Amino acid sequence: MDLLLGAVVLGVLLGCFYAAVSVGLSVAFGLLDVPHVAHPAFLVLASYGVFQLNESYDIDPLLAGLAITPLFFLFGLLAYRVYYETFERRGSDAGVRGIAFFFGIAFIIEVLIILQFGVDQRSVSATYIGKSWRFGEFRIPIRQLVAFAVALALTVLLAMYLSKTFMGRAIRAVAQDEEALRLMGANPVRIKQFAFGIATAVLGIAGALLIIVAPVEPTLDRAYIGRTFCVVVMAGLGSISGTLIAAIILGVAESIVLTLFGASWAPAISFAMLLGVLAVRPQGLLGR
Amino acid sequence: MNKRSHSIAFWAAVAVFLVAVLSMTQIVRNEYPFFAGYVILQFIALAVAWSILGGYAGYVNFGTNAFFGVGVYTAVALFKATGAPLVVQIAAAAVVGMTLGFGVGLLTLRMRGIFFSIATIALAIIIETFVMNWRFVGGAAGIQIQRPPVMAPFDSYVKMLFFVQAVLAVIAVAIARYIQNSRIGRGLQALRDDELAAECTGVPTLRLKLVACMTSGALISAAGAPAAMYLQYADPSSAFNLSYSVSALAMALIGGTAHWIGPVLGAILLGSTQQLLAVTISSEVNVLVLGIMLVLFVVGAPKGIIGLLRPRYRLRAGGKP
Repeated sequence: MDLLLGAVVLGVLLGCFYAAVSVGLSVAFGLLDVPHVAHPAFLVLASYGVFQLNESYDIDPLLAGLAITPLFFLFGLLAYRVYYETFERRGSDAGVRGIAFFFGIAFIIEVLIILQFGVDQRSVSATYIGKSWRFGEFRIPIRQLVAFAVALALTVLLAMYLSKTFMGRAIRAVAQDEEALRLMGANPVRIKQFAFGIATAVLGIAGALLIIVAPVEPTLDRAYIGRTFCVVVMAGLGSISGTLIAAIILGVAESIVLTLFGASWAPAISFAMLLGVLAVRPQGLLGR
Repeated sequence: MNKRSHSIAFWAAVAVFLVAVLSMTQIVRNEYPFFAGYVILQFIALAVAWSILGGYAGYVNFGTNAFFGVGVYTAVALFKATGAPLVVQIAAAAVVGMTLGFGVGLLTLRMRGIFFSIATIALAIIIETFVMNWRFVGGAAGIQIQRPPVMAPFDSYVKMLFFVQAVLAVIAVAIARYIQNSRIGRGLQALRDDELAAECTGVPTLRLKLVACMTSGALISAAGAPAAMYLQYADPSSAFNLSYSVSALAMALIGGTAHWIGPVLGAILLGSTQQLLAVTISSEVNVLVLGIMLVLFVVGAPKGIIGLLRPRYRLRAGGKP
């Protein structure tokens, strides 16, 4: 019983971390309808950026994540521009090719990382990595607590940005009715591009959390395709508060299965949950 | 030319091709061309099979590796349990692939676009996880395969596999060609363009998608079945490698999916480029080239190589050259 309780506690911490890595996808895919399969690849790329800064200049991984955030923002602006010009604007057959486009991008990122860093696992060093706190019988690694706190802050900040600020409301408006926004004199493409930039910029911090929680390897994005899409779809497309809840459900489920059956089943859990959600409630999940 | 003379020309070309392949195995001494040729033929089968669902119906399958790996492991399990000959292994893999295609179809074909694609990745990872935990076929560590003695008229196992894969590629192409020109193909194209409109005009969309998914799955699994014999080894992470999915998808899209010849051209072009690069540079670089070509073609030449050739050779909308 104590074992299970410990698993639940760790699962909640893990879940908040999953929210941070998924929240960008919730904007890109949930709100903007971009089939962004490369989101987890960008995430892993951010982790390697953090690794490089930490390795060469001994910068704290969280600061390093913050440092690469502007770069990722520009990256996102560029990616959306290419996507818009080649697929959305021309319209026909955009689905098949748009998905293939992001799949190809994800694969290119994976191979470039392998060519640059090799296939070995990489990790960062910081004062809070490697220690853990004891709460009675539980032992909680401090890296998990740091990731939990930062992830929670990140998710809440993004949710507030989308609901309270003018730009945030514009982003949600463009997701609901692009045409109405156009009639009011706004440029929906500009807004969407900016939103995609934000969604990608968040990955700077999320990538730092990824490499703080555990070592990373170039093909790690494959497991995170399942996790991020599972969270976003389960949340209900585009719902940020839903993202947090769905992520915690996934985190707890993974943590419990890990405790009861062992690590060899871990990669399949998020995908199985995703398939379950898609199979049971496709009508509620396909489009708004 | 009318339909019948097209058919005669096609089957004559097939006969010439198979005779050429067979005589090559009897004449050429060096084994390397057969090693490389096997891989290219395997890619032809994969790309053509992928395009039956992905090209004709517009359902982007990321799970080619799932079907491929299932083919590999059906063959391995059967061979280990009964020592069944290669032909039986391939047939069994096709049947299992078809069954899996049916299951996948039922589960996922109501999903559209990205949901279907992600679901196929999910399937691949779930099956791979099961195989990793399956002791009988070696689990995550993999399993060594001892090739049985080679059959006449071949003098080496690789030459025989080369011929077998050539036959599989021909079967895949013939089936894709048949589907393209039949009611099934027209129905798939209709639902690809507008699924709701097709459904409304009486096209049995779900049944057609199931047929496409089962055919595609059976062909991919069959193409994967000889892989363990080719490598004399099988392990989950290479049998279920995502690069099979990228390759099949990239080759089909780069070649063009409007006509069965597109994936064949794409597979020959990219497959042989990769073979050259793998020898001269490295295997990572050839995967990189594949990814970059995919993105460039998807952005710049949406109809693929046959789309680029179309104005010159006047491929008609029906897709016949």
